Amino acid sequence: MTTTDWASLEAERPPYLYPPYRSTLLRAPTRPLILLPHMLSVRTGPVFGDGQMSPLDHDLTRQHGGAPLGERIIVTGRVLDADGRPVRNTLVEVWQTNAAGRYAHNRDQHPAPLDPNFTGAGRCLTDEDGRYRFVTVKPGAYPWKNHPNAWRPAHIHFSVFGTAFTHRLVTQMYFPGDPLLDHDPIFQSIPTPTARERLVAALDLALTMPEWALGYHWDIVLRGPGATPMEG
Amino acid sequence: MFRPATPPQTIGPFFHIGLDAPGPEQLVSAEHPDVVRIEGRVLDGAGHPVDDALIEVWDADGARFGRCATDAEGRYHFLAGKPVSGSAARAPGEAPHLNVSVFARGLLDRLVTRIYFPDQAAANAADPVLSTIADPGARATLVARAEAGSLRFDIHLQGEQETVFFAL
Repeated sequence: MTTTDWASLEAERPPYLYPPYRSTLLRAPTRPLILLPHMLSVRTGPVFGDGQMSPLDHDLTRQHGGAPLGERIIVTGRVLDADGRPVRNTLVEVWQTNAAGRYAHNRDQHPAPLDPNFTGAGRCLTDEDGRYRFVTVKPGAYPWKNHPNAWRPAHIHFSVFGTAFTHRLVTQMYFPGDPLLDHDPIFQSIPTPTARERLVAALDLALTMPEWALGYHWDIVLRGPGATPMEG
Repeated sequence: MFRPATPPQTIGPFFHIGLDAPGPEQLVSAEHPDVVRIEGRVLDGAGHPVDDALIEVWDADGARFGRCATDAEGRYHFLAGKPVSGSAARAPGEAPHLNVSVFARGLLDRLVTRIYFPDQAAANAADPVLSTIADPGARATLVARAEAGSLRFDIHLQGEQETVFFAL
């Protein structure tokens, strides 16, 4: 890939300083970043095992005595590296609000009801095809104090490890057709529409479970190639 | 076939419900013979503690990672293994170090930095990453400070003592 290609890809990432998102003002670094050569220590990563998972970690609708309120959904897709190869056996973690737009978190003061049957946290390992799958309920939109009448679009937070330090990704998945996306500075911090679209899942009728749950498809592409063999 | 990367988004202030598993701040057990406690604070451009950051540390061979959410004073800590010669896979000439990611509300992408060890002066002087940083004050932000029984590594997101952050 040429330098120009890399430059155009960097232009698709959000800047650290993005004044419409107020919290960036005192937290974005002010000095230029130093380019870190991709030496060995950024090309390796932790190994995960099934022993670290419980069978229901991926199903956010079955972690309590009863079923949570809300629209039941399946969210699934593949984790791929920049070469399009599946990233296998890697840890994917999610967290989200309940259907009313409230996090089960003591700092969330939004006066929407908590759901005793919903914590909103899940995790799984990708399979041999790099596939992850969660069962949950559709999260709600909620207000925040960034600007007058600011509302976050419904989203699910994702954390993905990958097989190299360069892969590590924390991001948010959004839902198609959400009118709040046009007004959300966090989503809009991504400079190009094509890059923003990569955070929006697709409704996929083939993934629905009839009479039970809607299905959304969302692939995650990690930055850089897969782990390379150890060098001497 | 090349695939463009999924863009990052902020971790937000509520990550604790999903990522704060018990004991994640230990890269090695407290009984490890070469264990060292690394602690510090995360501060914003006004000098205020960042009380909703997640600090994640991978050791240099990537095998072990730890993560710790900052507390009300912006403090985090880890237990890690002290560098032992030949113990970690590194590129030739690299000094022992830990790779660090900083995630927080207000950070649209993670910040990447490194913790180097203060008792490795010769290795640090020859390190190919540290030596690309001309300003000695900036370079010093990457080396932990020895304190009684622990190592201190503060992370300044902005300001006079702004930590050196890396682009990958």
